[in-house]
Order: sequence, then C-alpha cells, then structure tokens
Amino acid sequence: MPDPILQISGLDAYYDDFQALYGLDLTVAKGEVLAIIGANGAGKTTLLRAISGLIRSQQDHVRYKTAPIGDLRADQVAALGIAMVPEGRQLFPSLSVEENLVIGGRIGRDGPWSLGRIYDLFPVLGERRHQASTSLSGGQQQMVAIGRALMSNPDLILFDEISLGLAPIIIRDIYAALPGIVGEGMSAIIVEQDITKALSVSSRVYCLQEGRVSLEGASQTVSRDEISRAYFGID
Amino acid sequence: MDWINAIVQGTLLGGLYALFAAGLSLIFGVMRLVNIAHGDLIVLAAYLGLTTTVALDVHPLVALVLVIPAMAGIGYALQRGVLNQTLGNDILPPLLVTFGLSVILQNALLEAYTADPQKLNAGALETASIPLGGLTLGVLPVLTFAVAVAVIGGLQWLFYKTPLGRAFRATSDNQDIAQLMGLNKAHVFGLAMALALAVTAIAGIFLGIRTSFDPSIGGGRLIFGFEAVIIGGLGNLWGTLAGGIILGVAQTVGAVIDPGWQLLAGHIVFLLILAVRPNGLFPRVSG
Repeated sequence: MPDPILQISGLDAYYDDFQALYGLDLTVAKGEVLAIIGANGAGKTTLLRAISGLIRSQQDHVRYKTAPIGDLRADQVAALGIAMVPEGRQLFPSLSVEENLVIGGRIGRDGPWSLGRIYDLFPVLGERRHQASTSLSGGQQQMVAIGRALMSNPDLILFDEISLGLAPIIIRDIYAALPGIVGEGMSAIIVEQDITKALSVSSRVYCLQEGRVSLEGASQTVSRDEISRAYFGID
Repeated sequence: MDWINAIVQGTLLGGLYALFAAGLSLIFGVMRLVNIAHGDLIVLAAYLGLTTTVALDVHPLVALVLVIPAMAGIGYALQRGVLNQTLGNDILPPLLVTFGLSVILQNALLEAYTADPQKLNAGALETASIPLGGLTLGVLPVLTFAVAVAVIGGLQWLFYKTPLGRAFRATSDNQDIAQLMGLNKAHVFGLAMALALAVTAIAGIFLGIRTSFDPSIGGGRLIFGFEAVIIGGLGNLWGTLAGGIILGVAQTVGAVIDPGWQLLAGHIVFLLILAVRPNGLFPRVSG
C-alpha cells in the first residue's frame, strides 16, 4: 500500500457517557477514496467528527501524514488540510452563497480550487452567488457545501451522507462531479447509506457496526453476502 | 412646541441608549450571551475615562484613545479567561457568572473610587448649544447621537462587509461548522467581546460627560440597554438604534406630562411594545 495519509489506531470516541467507537483501526492511503458504510448509529458520523477534531481523542490515535492530531481542535485540524462536507449540508444561513464559499477558503492553503473553479464545476452557484444560501434547493445547497470544503484545498476531504434527502437525479449529478474533485491527488472518505453508490466510487470499503469495524475490503471484490453480514451483524 | 422639543431631545437621548445597547446586542448576536454586567462595564469605562482625564489632564473625548483599547483588551481577556468556559447548551451559567461579575465590578469600583458621584469635565462642550428654529439643541446630545449612528453604521459595515464580520456571523450560525472553516471560536468570541467593550468605552465616556455617575448606577444603564435591544428586535443593529430612540422619546414625552413619569413612561412603552410585538419591532433581518 502507498503511504497512508491518515492512520487511525485504537480510536475510542464518546458522547458524554455513551461510547460510540471502540478501538477502531482504519487507514487511508494517499489519493485513495475510501467508503464507510454501516447502519444508523454504527458510528460513521462519529468517526468523521473524531477525524475532523470536533470530537477530541488521544493524540496518537489519529495520525495525519504521520503527525499525531487526535488532540487538536477542529480549526487546527482544518488548517492542516482536512475538510468536511457535513451531514445535512449545514450551510451558514446568514451568509450568501458566495460568502459560504469564501469562508471555506479562509484557511488560505495553496491548491487548484478557487471561487472561479467552483463556479465552473457548479455553474448554477455562480448564477446565484449573491442569494441567501437558504434560498437554494437541497441539491444546490449540497453543491455549496462541497464547494465550501474544496475552497480550503484540502488533502483529505470527508463526505458525510452527501446523498441524504436529495432526489436521485441530483445524487447522480453530484456523484458525477466526484471523480473531477478527488482525481487530483486528494484523498477522500465517503460515508454513504447507498451501498452501491459507495462501492462504485471507492477503492476500499469499511463497514462499521456498533462502533467497530465489521468488514474491510476492496470495493470491487467484496461480496453482497459479506456486506449484509457485516451490516446487520448476522452470523 | 414643548412636544416637538420633547421628541427631538428624546431622539438625541436615544443615541446614548443605543450606545448602551449596541454592545449588548452584539454580544448576544454573536454568542447568545446575555451580559448582566454590561451596565457595570459602562460605568467602569466612565471611571477609566475619569482616571485618564485627571492623570493626563486631557479632554474626556481625547481619553477615548486610551479607554477604547483598554476596554477592548479587558473584553478579550474576560471572554477568553472566564466567559468562554460558561458557554454551552445551558443559558444559565453565563447569566450567573456575569451577574457575579457585576457585583464584583460594583464593589471594586466602590473600593477604588468611593461612592461619591463623579463627572467627566468636558468644558464648553457640556453647555454649548445650537439654535434650530424655535428649539435649542445641545451640542453634546447632537454629538452623542451622531456618534451612535456612526458606531452602529460602522458595526453594520463590519458585520456584513468584512472577513471578521463574516466570521462573527458564521460562528453565530453554527459553531461546529465554523470551527471546520478554521475559525477558533474561543478567539472569535474574544474578538466579539473586545469589539463590544470598545463600543461600551464610547458609551461610558458619553455617559460620564452627560451625567454624574457612581459605582451603583450600572444596573439602570443595563435596563435601558436591554429595553432598546428588545424594542428594536434581537440581533438587528439598526433596530437597536430605533429602540434607543423610542425609549428616549418615551422618557422625554413622559417627563413633559409629569416630571415624575420620565422613567416610568419609558418602561410602559417597552412593555406595550413587548405585548404587541414580542420579537421587537424589527427582528433579525439579513443584509
């Protein structure tokens, strides 16, 4: 395997007294698209929150480009080049479309992504740049959320349920744009309910079940049978 | 003529109330923090102005050059050192802590400056006036009003036209996601409190020039500030100016009817507006 960009070992995560992740191990190679699947409550979102620093963990349980980052704040993690497209889009309602994108770029890392390039990728956003972000359709809001994450020119981008609540045709458009996004050496973790979608865009897949990895394998070779066992925990 | 005079003077008085309220509105708008110590911080600024004018023998308005950065520094330190720890899903801790801070400030001011009423000496500015039609406008109230408009216009510009304002709005909208944008919310909140107390410094100096003050008057200023914010609608800065003016006019008109009714009239108008429009006259609008 090429050099890992992200290495997670023995990660525990908690919400107050509730433990959501149990000694999780996971590796993302440079330039790789990794899919994470699992039932609701399996810990997928928690895992992304732990990587991004929104949940702090022990220093060396999360390593990014070999540096320990588990105990960093989310803003410090973001500055190192990890961006997240959060579940439910979560745009800033009091910011316009363009302001949402601009604030994504405030970290100021060098790279290919700029306002102009985002508008090339999603032309509809350029037409609506001065509108309130809340006035857009769900699919357009998802484009803003993706653009906002790209504006920081991350090396690792985390997608949390980007198809949730969107019409199938919109989902198709967004997934059609993905190869152009992650094709430039960027690594990605995609959390997705739609297993077929997840497998088609990723090279490897992890299945989580109750806070533990229940399956790990290459997306092209893993069988449906294995997935349903790992997904539902049927032995 | 009495009535017109009362309305004009009340409008100008509203400028001072808007200055009291602007910092309060800003703090609540950015971090949902209700600052019970706000009035006492205004009084603290007035005392810092007093010390500066006496020690350096300068005009109170010149003292602003020192008092504004001093208050901003106090604001940043207060936010990072104390208030950030109280913020969370529960609104009670910040209320309790700022209430405690209010008590501490009053007692510290009492120790440092005694209970004797003090006043900032602004010389000719205090009595200068401009005749306008049949009315006579004090230069100081006119200046206070102009400064209030400038402060609120400046805050509005900062909020909607600058990267710092964008950071304030984003952090106010969603703290977690703002962190993902590389914003350290503890620092952003510190800057918001610094800005709010910089405005408070201006409010304190104009208060000290206009009337005498002692360590116990903070509570009253807090009430006027709150009323202006709530009349105008939470989170709307121009609404806060309008709220200050409505409160000021209500007080001066009440005083024309009966001098004893000045404060009561203000409170009654506040209650009436709250009964009819519980969200204030101009609740938060974007842009």
